[in-house]
Amino acid sequence: MSGFFDIPSDLQHSWLGLVGLHLREALLPVLAGLVVSLPLAQLCVRLRWLYPPVLWVTTVLYAIPSLAFFVLLIDYTGQTELTVMIPLTVYSLVVLVPAIVDGVRSVPPETLAAATAMGFGPVRRYFQVQLPIAVPAVIAGLRVATVSSISLVSVGALIGNQGALGNLINDANIYNRPELAVNAVLSMAVLAILADALLVAVRLLLTPWMPRAGRRRPAADVPDPATAALEDAVR
Amino acid sequence: MFGVLIRIDSVTKRYPDGTVAVDRLSLEIPDRSITVLVGPSGCGKTTTLRMINRMVEPTEGTILLDGQDILQQPVNTLRRSMGYVIQNAGLFQHRTILDNIATVPRLLGWGKDRARGRARELMERVGLDAALAKRYPYQLSGGQQQRVGVARALAADPPVLLMDEPFSAVDPVVRKGLQDELLRIQAELGKTIVFVTHDIDEAVKLGTMVAVLRTGGRLAQYAPPAELLSAPADAFVEDFLGADRGIRRLSFFPATGLALLTTPIVAVDATAEQIAARATGEAPYLLVTDLDGRPLGWSEPHELTAGSIDPGRLLSHGRPFVPGTDSLRAALDCAVLSPTGWAVAVGADGRATGVVSQQTIAEAIRGAHAAVPTDAPAPHSLAKGGPADAKVAG
Ligand SMILES: Nc1ncnc2c1ncn2[C@@H]1O[C@H](COP(=O)(O)OP(=O)(O)O)[C@@H](O)[C@H]1O
Ligand SMILES: [Mg+2]
Repeated sequence: MSGFFDIPSDLQHSWLGLVGLHLREALLPVLAGLVVSLPLAQLCVRLRWLYPPVLWVTTVLYAIPSLAFFVLLIDYTGQTELTVMIPLTVYSLVVLVPAIVDGVRSVPPETLAAATAMGFGPVRRYFQVQLPIAVPAVIAGLRVATVSSISLVSVGALIGNQGALGNLINDANIYNRPELAVNAVLSMAVLAILADALLVAVRLLLTPWMPRAGRRRPAADVPDPATAALEDAVR
Repeated sequence: MFGVLIRIDSVTKRYPDGTVAVDRLSLEIPDRSITVLVGPSGCGKTTTLRMINRMVEPTEGTILLDGQDILQQPVNTLRRSMGYVIQNAGLFQHRTILDNIATVPRLLGWGKDRARGRARELMERVGLDAALAKRYPYQLSGGQQQRVGVARALAADPPVLLMDEPFSAVDPVVRKGLQDELLRIQAELGKTIVFVTHDIDEAVKLGTMVAVLRTGGRLAQYAPPAELLSAPADAFVEDFLGADRGIRRLSFFPATGLALLTTPIVAVDATAEQIAARATGEAPYLLVTDLDGRPLGWSEPHELTAGSIDPGRLLSHGRPFVPGTDSLRAALDCAVLSPTGWAVAVGADGRATGVVSQQTIAEAIRGAHAAVPTDAPAPHSLAKGGPADAKVAG
């Protein structure tokens, strides 16, 4: 009788190994998404006309099923982690770009005017004023992107066991061990909750300047990421 | 007076959408004084101010700073030599009060410690408690934030201070405090301040020179406040000054020359003989003071019983004026507020030095007006550094 944490050998990893793999496949795309989103969002802030088409493109890309991406990519990147991570990076843009644009735009005009009047150039102004003030919005975006990425990694199971914890769901079928599927779902949910908590902690650390009393509902229109993750994982 | 520091020479600003915000404006802004730009909303005040630090580029005309075209220096060097204060302070919400104030010194390359040391100095100068240094802007009241804004603008000791309606978002009591503080700081530091407001009272109180702008960005009048009040250039300026400009103009005449009566004053412990001796009929009332000579209130002589004067039953004496520092406006105000129609003069220590009737004040006003015909400027020496009233608070 195999235990809850005994992973079939075809996956070539221990449970902890799968967790590490899962985190890498989920978080690197979010990081890459952030690196792409920051300049893209700044461009959208500077050139207002650019924002609607960019939003439109990110939404359309998000609507493409990951399977279609895999088919497209597999000729170039093969059955690798990269094939999983590229679509995840693209998906994260749909959350991150608007989050950063809203964050940067939330800087009060008089703060910007004051910065300009004090002799901040555009670059310095961006890094020292706009970006720090956008941190809460950026992190709110990162929370959603991270938890959704954690649940989406599982689709990698479709291309030769590149789904990390998601592969367990496949194996649950193959070996008729339903506890492996439960393990996958629970592990992903726990990872999502922990990653989310970590991001909240980072937010608190980076924004001692935020009124603590008004923190209850920081971004009313962003769904609670942890709940979203659970829903995704169960789906 | 001082030299000209900023010369605005037939400057026009036409925005891309065709709005002419400023129309051939010429102004000579004197060194080390407060020049106020005042006018209705949308008349081009902010645009004018922002052309001085090149946040807005003029369409036509030139602006000279110290004789040099402002286009000749690098824009950020120019801006760092001019403090800028705006409505709602525009503080950096993500930085502590100390770091907000240290911003420009840091931009100028000062070390962190030196910049913060300077910031601490400035907190004291603008009347901020040192305990606020480590707080964030959201933890401060509007008035405190505005003080931080002023401190931040002063941090690198710039010769010029540009202020755009800095006090219009705070309540009147706090605003008065901030205005008095600005006059004090100006007197201490001798900055050249260009101050924008839509409030004519603020303009008259703060301005050494006041430029009244009319809609469309044209200059309606440029004059010291006393002259503005006594000789408005046209109906627009007169209208803008409001109905009581005659009364407000009295701010520019000192109350020093008023003939005070000293007889009708008795102490609260006065004897019957003293009361009788003081009730000479010069005034229909006697002013009762406490044992230190501070005014308590008025009474008709026959209502006073020696040895049992009840301060609670005296008539109010209004707010006394100080002849050396207050204006005729303060004296008149005091007389008008007093139910007896008499004003009480006190020394700097608060002790009554004399009393004066509305009639006497009215004569003094007529005398002052006769010395300065209403359609000519009031004596300039009185206006320098703001109205006599304003100086008291400093
Ligand atoms: N960036 C701009 N583009 C077009 N019009 C502007 C701009 N800024 C100001 N204006 C217009 O210029 C006029 C003067 O504006 P402003 O200088 O802000 O006036 P004030 O500060 O006296 O209220 C107004 O009619 C305003 O609408
Ligand atoms: Mg304005």
